[in-house]
Amino acid sequence: MSATEFFQNVVNALQWGSFYALIALGYSMVYGVLLLFNFAHGDIFMVGAYIGFFVATAFLALFASGVGIITLPSWAILVLVILATMFLTSFVGMAVERIGYRPLRHAPRASAAITGLMIGIIFETSILAMFGAQRMKFPELLPGLASASQPTFGGVIISWQKILIVGVALVLMLLLQWFVSNTKWGMAMRAMAFDFAAVPLMGVPLNRIAALTFALGSALAGAAAVLYSMAYPVLDPYMGITVGWKAFVAAILGGRGSIKGAALAGFLLGFIEIFAATVFPSTYRDLIAYSIILIILVFRPHGMFGEEHTARLRL
Amino acid sequence: MLLSVRNLHVSYGHIKALQGIDFDVDEGEIICIIGANGAGKSTTLRAISRLVPVQKGDILFEGKSILHVPPEKVVSELGISHVPEGRRIFGNLTVKENLTLATYARKDKENIKRDLEYMFSVFPRLEERLNQKAGTLSGGEQQMLAVARAFMTARRVMILDEPSMGLAPLLMLEMFKALEEINREGTTILLVEQNARMALKFAQRGYVLETGKIVLQGPSQELLDNPDVKKAYLGG
Repeated sequence: MSATEFFQNVVNALQWGSFYALIALGYSMVYGVLLLFNFAHGDIFMVGAYIGFFVATAFLALFASGVGIITLPSWAILVLVILATMFLTSFVGMAVERIGYRPLRHAPRASAAITGLMIGIIFETSILAMFGAQRMKFPELLPGLASASQPTFGGVIISWQKILIVGVALVLMLLLQWFVSNTKWGMAMRAMAFDFAAVPLMGVPLNRIAALTFALGSALAGAAAVLYSMAYPVLDPYMGITVGWKAFVAAILGGRGSIKGAALAGFLLGFIEIFAATVFPSTYRDLIAYSIILIILVFRPHGMFGEEHTARLRL
Repeated sequence: MLLSVRNLHVSYGHIKALQGIDFDVDEGEIICIIGANGAGKSTTLRAISRLVPVQKGDILFEGKSILHVPPEKVVSELGISHVPEGRRIFGNLTVKENLTLATYARKDKENIKRDLEYMFSVFPRLEERLNQKAGTLSGGEQQMLAVARAFMTARRVMILDEPSMGLAPLLMLEMFKALEEINREGTTILLVEQNARMALKFAQRGYVLETGKIVLQGPSQELLDNPDVKKAYLGG
C-alpha cells in the first residue's frame, strides 16, 4: 500500500466511522441510562433516512434557486434538512420508548429486547408497505459539490463531502458531550446510569429523562441518516440492519454509556473494516474486523471505556 | 398534622411487610421509628415515598391522600425527601453535581444558594470535597452528602433510613447533631433506626415497630425507660 493509498483509506475510514459513531451513540446512551438494548435503533436510522428524503425533497422545492418561493443557498438548505430530520426522528425514538419500552420497564430484559426487534420489523415492513420494494434516490443537497475542485493533500483526494460528513459528525458529538456534562438533564442521565432507582428521590421525573435519552439518540441517528444518504443516496427499508448491528457492536466496544467510547469505537470500527478490506480480499472484511473486536472484548469485557459498576434498578 | 399514616398495609407477594400501622408526624418534630431488622421500617419509608404499592390504608400529607402522587412529585411538590438505606449517592457525579441534581425541580435560585451555604456550614467537609467524585468519599462523608442532597430538594420533611448505619460512634453522634440542627432550621424529621438508644435521645417521640405492627409509642423518654424496650432494643 502506497502512502497515498494509505491516507486515502484513512479518509474513507473516517467517513465510515462517522456513521458508526453517530449511530453507536444512540445505542450506548440508551443502554447506559436505561440498561436496555434498543434493537430498533438501526431501523430508527432507516426511518430517519426516509424522513430525510421527504424533508430534503420538500425543502429543495421550497428554497432551491430557480424553483423555490424563497431562495436559500444550498448549504443553508442542507443545515435545515439535517436539523429538521433530527427533530422529526427524535419523535420516532420517543414514540418507541413510550409505546414499546416504558410498559416493560420492570419486565425481564429479554422482553424489552424482543420488543425492540419487533418494532424494527414493524418499521421495515411499514416502509415497505408504504413505498414498495423499489429503492428511492436521495436528492442531491449540494449540487456542484462533487464536480467542484476537491482539496488534495499530498496527492490524497479528500472530497468536500467527506470533510463535511466527518465535520458535522464531530460537531454533533461534541455538542452531545457538552450537553451530558453540563446541563441538569445530562446530569440526570448520568445519575440514572449509576443508580436508576435513586433518581426519583431527587425530584427528577424518570420518564422524562428516559424520553429525552431516546430523543437525543434518535436525533443523532437522523443526522447520520442524512449524512449517509448524501454519500450513498439509495434508500431501502433494510438499509438500517447491517449498519445498525455494526454500530451496536461499536457501542458495546466503547463501553456502557460512554460517549467518548462509542465515538472512538465507531471510528475504530470504520478503520478496521476499511483496512481489512485493503489488505485482505474484501470478502474477508467482516470476518477479520469482528474477530479483532471479539479479541478486544475478551481482554476488556466492559468495553474500552466501560466501568464495572452496574446501575441499581431497585431501592 | 403534617404527615399521617392510617392503617397502612404493604405486602411483597405473600409476605406481609406492614399490617395496619398508624402514626403521625407534626410540623417541626423529630420522630423515630425503632425496630429490629425486617420489622418493616424501610418499607414504611418506601411507602411514604410512593416506591411500593399500598394494599390498604392511606398516607396523608396535610390531610390529603398522597397515594396517587408519583415518586418524583412526592419530593418536588410535597417536599418529602428521602435519605435511602445505603446512602445511594451518585458515585460517578461530583459532590457538587449530586447537590445540584437534587435542585432539579427547584426554581427559587436565591433560596437554593442559601440552602447550599447552610449545608456547607453544617457539613464543612462537603465544601472541601466539592469537585471530587462522590464515589471517592469516605463512608461518613457519603452519609453527609446523602443528607445534604436530601436537604437540597424542596424538602419540608426529611425521612431517613438508618442514618447511623456503618458509622463509627463519634461520626454517628455528629450525624445526629447535624440532623438536630437541620430540624431547628425548620425541617421536620422522621427517621427509622436500629440504633434505638441514639435515635430516642434525639427524637421527641418514638414508635416501636415489630413484624409490621406498631406495638408501642410515646415520648422518647418514656420509651427509653420502658422495661420491654430496654430489654429488646437497648441491650438490657
